[in-house]
Amino acid sequence: MRRLKEKAIHLILFLTAISSVFLILGIFALLLTEGLKTFRDVSVMSFLFGIRWNPEAYGQPSYGILSMVFSTFLVTSCAIIIAGPLGVAVAAYISEGAPHKARDIIKGAIEILAGIPSVAIGFVGIVLVGPLITKVFGISGLSGLNGGILLAIMALPTIISVSEDSLRAVPKSYKEASFALGASKWETLTKTVLPAAFSGICAGVVLGIGRAIGETMTVLMVTGNSLSIPKSIFDPLRTMTATIALELGEVAKGTTHYYAIFGIGAILFIISLATNLIAEHISIKMRVKVE
Amino acid sequence: MRKTLLWVACLTIFIAGCTRKESSVIRIKGSDTEVNLVQRLAEGFMEKNPKLSIAVTGGGSGVGISALINSETDIANSSRLMKEEELKKAKENGINPIATVFGLDRLAIIINSSLMIGSLTIETLGKIYRGEITNYKELGGADLAIILYGRTSASGTYLYFRETAVKGDYSPNMKQMIGTSQIVEAVKRDPGGIGYVGIGYLKSAEGIKEIKIAKDKDSPYISPLEKGYPLERKLYQYTNGEPSSNIASFISFELSEEGQRIVAEEGFYPVQ
Amino acid sequence: MKKIKEWFGFFLLKASAILILGIVVLLLLFIGIQGAKVINLEFLFSFPKEGMTSGGIFPAVFGTVALTLITTFFSIPFGIGAAIYLSEYAKEGRLVSFIRASIRNLAGVPSIVYGLFGVALFVQSLNLGASILASGLTLGLLTLPWVIAVSEEAIKSVPKSFREGALALGATKWQTTRLVLRYATPGILTGAILGLSRAAGETAPILFTGVCFWLPKLPGSIFDQFMALPYHLYILSTQHYDLEKVRPIAFGTAFVLVSFVFGLNLIALIIRTRLRKDYG
Repeated sequence: MRRLKEKAIHLILFLTAISSVFLILGIFALLLTEGLKTFRDVSVMSFLFGIRWNPEAYGQPSYGILSMVFSTFLVTSCAIIIAGPLGVAVAAYISEGAPHKARDIIKGAIEILAGIPSVAIGFVGIVLVGPLITKVFGISGLSGLNGGILLAIMALPTIISVSEDSLRAVPKSYKEASFALGASKWETLTKTVLPAAFSGICAGVVLGIGRAIGETMTVLMVTGNSLSIPKSIFDPLRTMTATIALELGEVAKGTTHYYAIFGIGAILFIISLATNLIAEHISIKMRVKVE
Repeated sequence: MRKTLLWVACLTIFIAGCTRKESSVIRIKGSDTEVNLVQRLAEGFMEKNPKLSIAVTGGGSGVGISALINSETDIANSSRLMKEEELKKAKENGINPIATVFGLDRLAIIINSSLMIGSLTIETLGKIYRGEITNYKELGGADLAIILYGRTSASGTYLYFRETAVKGDYSPNMKQMIGTSQIVEAVKRDPGGIGYVGIGYLKSAEGIKEIKIAKDKDSPYISPLEKGYPLERKLYQYTNGEPSSNIASFISFELSEEGQRIVAEEGFYPVQ
Repeated sequence: MKKIKEWFGFFLLKASAILILGIVVLLLLFIGIQGAKVINLEFLFSFPKEGMTSGGIFPAVFGTVALTLITTFFSIPFGIGAAIYLSEYAKEGRLVSFIRASIRNLAGVPSIVYGLFGVALFVQSLNLGASILASGLTLGLLTLPWVIAVSEEAIKSVPKSFREGALALGATKWQTTRLVLRYATPGILTGAILGLSRAAGETAPILFTGVCFWLPKLPGSIFDQFMALPYHLYILSTQHYDLEKVRPIAFGTAFVLVSFVFGLNLIALIIRTRLRKDYG
């Protein structure tokens, strides 16, 4: 009896744990089966490489996702160009330069930043960043730049915390050796510690990229959502996530448009999976190297 | 033991919550042009019928119609008629959409108030929105790029304006706004901005001005605030079959004198 | 020369850190100052009036609280169960590392993709309709990986000697686990609350699974639609017909939303520090 109970508990716990596997496979399977149905009416080439997304067209509908894929990568690059160097600098400061108190304050602030809901950041983008951009650049505030700035803010906590972890993981002996050779603190940081932690920092940046690509509400609220291929970051643009958020509600189940939206979802899922796996791969390699 | 009791209590509440009772809630979903108006109508209706409850959601006409087709709403607000494929889809799902007109809307074309353009023909408007005219100097104005503002394809206004004025695909450079009020906000801030909005949105807006529109070259230019404006359309509510019980009494409130007064107060036009 | 470079380098690092601090302070002050102007009890506990241009945000507050509770109801049992299995029962092997990989990757899936999944599975296939239940389930899935990760850490932090002692006294595996759980409770609670705070701020997953523009009454059952703080902020800043007029209310909503999320975080923090003191 007792053994039966133990076994039952073991089984239940196992099932709860394995449910995560089913969940991720389930999400993928669902996105894939629904998404693949797009290709009953649309060719793979014109879906992936078509420039125009116009499912509710006046004439012939078109389902090309290239411009929104490009837009997604454009805002994401803008975000990473801002957040990458900034994040690494802050991580270097907390792990190498900062006094204890300053470190605690900054870490607390970063935790707060990570906790602010994306819709609140989007709101700030509308009422604060947008008008500011108009003032400085003389362009409409609803543009890729606004989205890039906000995504940078949202990607910072990820980049900082992962980079800081990997800077911390650099063995003390490295630094001691560098000091012993007469290197200054700055030289030790730039020539020894940062290179040693390089792959970990890369992992952080890759995770930050994944976070920026998947973010919905902020970009939806501030990028202007126009469908053309942006010529520069100052143009309005529409990302993949924003397209799903804008159009999922209007489509009737079973239409090509419906399936195409799931197709976009499947691509987002694959990208997020890929960024995670790349980041993991990089940090595993780093661990091996350090050991 | 205490913990078990707690869980049992939670579970009971949970299961109690699960019992789907015959709902006295009317679900309304759809057009953003109509959402604020319908919300005010619902407020007025519930003052008189405190037992009934109405849930109003926006998202666009397309959102409402697809919700009606999927039986996720009782009333679909729509600022356009249903498309044929939508009607077909509804039939397949055993839904019989019936439209009621409860107000009229005029689609105002707005520009930043610093611009010197005062009137346009529908044909020119079409050229602007198709992306064939891209600078105000082609219209006799200053040398300034035209920035197009419009709605997303979920919006009935998007489709109505396309069918009546654009008569082609929108320029892909058009910024697609989530809500109509965002168009007002953007045009206010953007010196080169032009946008289309339901007339209700003119009520409280500064920094923008509406343009007089003519049907064609030979017709008079008419302001959206005057009779005979060419971009006038009906505001629909779709129900599954003829409205009955609670839904019917809400719709008849909308069409009553009091309901139509609210329609006018919100900046729309009553049904004659 | 070398000294200047040294000084300048560290100055840059320090400046970046100050910049980040500045951004956080600016964000909080910006929302805080404008928001605090409209916050009072009436704002928190009354319904929106006159087309949302006046009145309060009570249904949105209620909706968010109810939604987070429903989310917990689903994510906590599963999350803790999985954490117990992974830390106490599992033997490291291919299957377990596959489970772990799944959990890590689930944490990275964009929230809008959870929304898509929720629409297809809960709203349509399981026919729950757009409802607070469908939204709660969707958010439950979204928070699951976070709850598992933090709970597992909490369970693992219980010293090994506890388990060895209990087993030596002849306790069964489950009895031992229950003992371990008792000591890991504060840590697990922290994880649960952090998961909740994440759920409370999410907008994208609830957009199509049940959230509503305006409700005159509170949802009466879990099959009703609901209003929620993040969505309320979203419509007040993009879709309302008079954006200027409702801006103060939008600030108030943002303030309440951010405070709610931080309140949960603060509780988690307090539990965590007390835990540290107890076992430190």
